[in-house]
Amino acid sequence: MSDNLLRPSTAQKQFTAKAVQSLRKRKAINSLMVGLIIAAAVIATIPLIVITGYLLKFGAGSVKWHFFTNLPAPVGETGGGMSNAIIGTVILIGIASLFGLPIGIGAGLYLAEHKGTTLANTVRFLSDVLNGLPSIVMGIFAWEFLVRPVHHFSAWAGGVALGAMMIPMVARTTEEMVTIVPVSLREAALALGYARWRTSLTIVLRTASAGIVTGALVAIARIAGETAPLLFTALGNQFFSTSLNQPIAALPLQIFTYATSPYEDQNAQAWAGALVLIALIFLISLIARFATRGQFTGTGGD
Amino acid sequence: MSDAVATPPPAPIVTGGAKTASSGGDGIEGGIGGTALGDRIYGGIIWVFAICVPILLALIALEIFLAGWPALHKFGLSFLTSSDWDPVNGKFGAAPSIYGTLVSSAIALIISTPLAIGVSVFLSEFAPPWLRQPVAFFVDLLAAIPSVIYGLWGIFILIPALRLAIIPFLRDTLHLSVIPLFNGPNYGYSMLAAGLILAIMVLPYIASVSREVLLAVPRSQREAALALGATKWEMIWGAVLPYAKSGIIGGIILGLGRALGETMAVTMVIGNRPEIKASLFAPAYTMASVIANEFSEASGDLHLSALMAVGFVLFVITIVVNAIARWLVWEVSRGNKS
Repeated sequence: MSDNLLRPSTAQKQFTAKAVQSLRKRKAINSLMVGLIIAAAVIATIPLIVITGYLLKFGAGSVKWHFFTNLPAPVGETGGGMSNAIIGTVILIGIASLFGLPIGIGAGLYLAEHKGTTLANTVRFLSDVLNGLPSIVMGIFAWEFLVRPVHHFSAWAGGVALGAMMIPMVARTTEEMVTIVPVSLREAALALGYARWRTSLTIVLRTASAGIVTGALVAIARIAGETAPLLFTALGNQFFSTSLNQPIAALPLQIFTYATSPYEDQNAQAWAGALVLIALIFLISLIARFATRGQFTGTGGD
Repeated sequence: MSDAVATPPPAPIVTGGAKTASSGGDGIEGGIGGTALGDRIYGGIIWVFAICVPILLALIALEIFLAGWPALHKFGLSFLTSSDWDPVNGKFGAAPSIYGTLVSSAIALIISTPLAIGVSVFLSEFAPPWLRQPVAFFVDLLAAIPSVIYGLWGIFILIPALRLAIIPFLRDTLHLSVIPLFNGPNYGYSMLAAGLILAIMVLPYIASVSREVLLAVPRSQREAALALGATKWEMIWGAVLPYAKSGIIGGIILGLGRALGETMAVTMVIGNRPEIKASLFAPAYTMASVIANEFSEASGDLHLSALMAVGFVLFVITIVVNAIARWLVWEVSRGNKS
């Protein structure tokens, strides 16, 4: 009897053979796909390594002291720098922040405090849409709105164009940060007789401030490298200018001009400018990370 | 009113608590009206900030539409269909740049979607925790690199690589030149270059959305598939990816929105020629790059208006694409919550 059970019939044998075969096939497909997935992960990390590698290779050689102190040199002369562009970028970021941060934070507060209302939902949706707006469209809008009527390019126009791009980013992070402030904190303040507006500004906003600062810095890091909105607004400037009514130089613009220039020296300067710009953006992002870290320990302590 | 404003100390709530509580009693009669007024002012201010967003968007649409109207009015529908973009003779058809925008974005998505999903699946299903953070950070960092730096890299590294190695390899070594897509003269500056740069640039957007969606797939979903005897790949293909599908599609469309509007990097590598060519090796144009390239040297009011009209078309396309993407991602996050 046990003999019969142990000896498989032909049908059983065929079935087992098929099962083994199909299992082998399934396992082969599995290994193939797992291999492809790992390959995709490796390939996806390559571009960053390659780009930063070349940035360091070509940029580091051209970042000299005079790069930070000198003005752009005329074609054919060496020893030029981008001091005006670095200052210009800082000024543009300043204007953008003055314009974009208050509106962004205010809109974010509104979104957080009026959750579920039609206006809040509309504003939230539209700020996401605005966030996806091509930067070149913002550029021609700023030209049409701020440059054309006054007939001259200006730092103002460039800064406002960048600031407008910050609004949706800042609004959304502010909303998120304000939303995660515990309701109990708000209730405690209200129970102590604080007015709603005072609760919002001194308790809620303050608790969320580290996160909002992070959001603001992330937004600044993103607009710091924007070129397209500045092409027809800030325009760029070969000379040193801090006047807000004049065209102003900016690092991304200078990189663009020098990258497309036929002169090797200017190309080298473009790499140097790119390295400095990346370093600036990286620095801002790093500060943003530290700001969040502070907030996490802060709420943890609460 | 001013009493109520003055009484509660703004400083640390711990020390101020007792004081506020004691002064609360006598502040009531004057306090209520003041509080309401303060609230109304505060509410009004943040309301104004909030409606800045719709106003800004409406203003952008209106300004660009009005500026582009002369060209749209003059050429009518043929503005979109004519491939004759000739500023010198005052003829403007945006078809080459619309075509270029769509094709370069399509190349970008075809290349980066499998990579982005691959890296997200790797991170959510395979990567040990110590590897997850650095790889995700590496991919996300790609989004932080400014467009102009991608362009710089494109001009000096990617274009020579294409001209000297990649295009000859595809066209001659692999004999792909029998397909019109891979045939034609080799300048380096090409649709393919733009597509490749865009692929790198949209990768982090698709990858970060996909990663979040995949990490949100319930564990039980995976366990059920494995319990039925599925291999790891069968689990991913049969149980994880279908669950995350609409979120991933949302991420892809979000990436598409980025690719459509990308300006500087594309302008620097695409060759900027208003022609529709079958070959991916031929120079082309995109809507964003035609604006970036010609706007400051526009040869007259009609040219300027035509560029504005191109901007308006781009505006409409990206808004529709982004709206669809947002809607899909929202649907998924809402579905996950319930």
